[in-house]
Amino acid sequence: MTVTNDPDELEAQFAQWRQYVRRRPELSESDADELEDHLRGSVDQLTALGLHSDEAFLVAVKRMGGLDELSREFAREHSERLWKQLVLTGDSGPRSRSRHDLVVMLVCAIGAAVSIKIPELFGHDVDFDEDGFYSLNYSLFALPWLAGFLLWRRRATRLVCAVVAALFLVGAAAANLYPVRTESQSIDVIASHLPIALWFVVGVAYVSDGLRSARRRMDFIRFTGEWFVYLTLIGLGGGVLIAFAVGAFNAIDIYIDDIVDEWLLPCGLVAGVVVAGWLVEAKQGVIENIAPVLTRLFTPLFTIGLLSFLVTIGWNGRRIDVNRGNLVIFDLLLVLVLGLLLYSMSARDPLAPAGRFDVMQLVLVAAALVMDALVLFTMTGRIAQYGSTPNNMTALGANIVLLVNLIWTAWLLLRFVRRRQPFAVIERWQTTYLPVYAGWMWIVVLILPPVFAFR
Amino acid sequence: MRVAKDLVAASATPIVLGILADGDNYGYAILQRINEVSGGELDWTEGFLYPLLHRLERLGHVESDWRAATGERRRKYYRLTEQGLAELAEQRRQWATVVEALKQIWPGAGDFSPLMIPREGTA
Repeated sequence: MTVTNDPDELEAQFAQWRQYVRRRPELSESDADELEDHLRGSVDQLTALGLHSDEAFLVAVKRMGGLDELSREFAREHSERLWKQLVLTGDSGPRSRSRHDLVVMLVCAIGAAVSIKIPELFGHDVDFDEDGFYSLNYSLFALPWLAGFLLWRRRATRLVCAVVAALFLVGAAAANLYPVRTESQSIDVIASHLPIALWFVVGVAYVSDGLRSARRRMDFIRFTGEWFVYLTLIGLGGGVLIAFAVGAFNAIDIYIDDIVDEWLLPCGLVAGVVVAGWLVEAKQGVIENIAPVLTRLFTPLFTIGLLSFLVTIGWNGRRIDVNRGNLVIFDLLLVLVLGLLLYSMSARDPLAPAGRFDVMQLVLVAAALVMDALVLFTMTGRIAQYGSTPNNMTALGANIVLLVNLIWTAWLLLRFVRRRQPFAVIERWQTTYLPVYAGWMWIVVLILPPVFAFR
Repeated sequence: MRVAKDLVAASATPIVLGILADGDNYGYAILQRINEVSGGELDWTEGFLYPLLHRLERLGHVESDWRAATGERRRKYYRLTEQGLAELAEQRRQWATVVEALKQIWPGAGDFSPLMIPREGTA
């Protein structure tokens, strides 16, 4: 190492040292400032004694001792820093930005809560919902607001905004213009698939700053998982709140059940959808993603569960009894397996080599495929026998869409585990496939009902 | 001779409060001052001083702010509060009791030097 006295070089060394310090969660920005000042004090003193600046720097850093020990000492005083806090009031970072976010989020959340009550002015009832209006339209009072928040946050172009708005209008049209009767299968099919179809429209809003970027699509997958976790947590909190409110008012002989059913639940849910989305956006990078952690936890358990199911079938020679309820369960199981795959992928370092966990995922996918093959086999037999209905066609279609993805994923995983190709290929396959799900959901909402004459 | 860890820990608060009683000061200068008055015998590290300062701030004994004296870098200065002053008085009272007790128990009361190994011998 050459000895220099170059002030620029000294600054570069300070900058590098600062970087190391900032990586420690125990040391805050202000601690880094303080320690840097201390270091500069040492360096000044040492250079005054005749040392070259970089020698002085080395000695001063050495004197300060290892960062490990330093941060351990700081952690004893500041243990709360090890719990990454999502500071909603915000005492650091670009303040005005998060303040704006907060305001726009509140506007959207309140907008959602108000909008869901407006149709009641026109004779629909959110609680009893005899005409099925709310079960068809529920998502239309929440997701457009969330999409609006995201579009605002991404400063999306007019074109993207127009496309998103148009898609929501198409969804609204399908929900309200199709002549479906309340007891038909079509109404169930639309009610259950429209929210998912619209969620992909939210996805368009989410990725509006990079529509073709695979990375952004993966971000949307992450967003979806975190959003779901947050919404669940908000729901739990809301449940506790409602339970206490009902109990407390009961104690003074006032019964607020109607207020809960007609105001708190519907308004809280649609507002919660927006708030959860905002939380995920706000906490990005502040708190570890939780969905991948859950995935790690449950992948082994689900693998064992599926394998034991298959072993039982093989042992007893039982046939899977395929009625519609069961088929939905098996569809959901495939969704779950896919979710487990996606979320462990979303947190994975794409450059890491194949490990034991990847092998386990391969086993999980293979087990799911074998089981689904059995289900599909009996299912097609049943359709051939009894004819097709909106219900079994949607279930079958979803099954095929998922199956195609999983078969190809299994193949790619196998090649990855055998080190024939990099992991990025699997990731790209998943992000490329996203529009297929969206497409299928829209087909179910827009095309299947007329095909089956709104049965 | 190095002062034992327990003793360093016990004397840390009164020392820092005492230094700040002389006037507002920043970390590096506080450490310099401690080295100066103890002849380098008190082994204080940065990892000891700064968390201690932050703890005293949390307890309300000191306050801090970033200021730049003329021609100097911006530094985090610590200032003794009213409460810190009271704490210092309390600590002084306690330490006086301890020193008084030691003086009476150890031979050559009032003068510790007979028991001390001459510094030149160890340094």
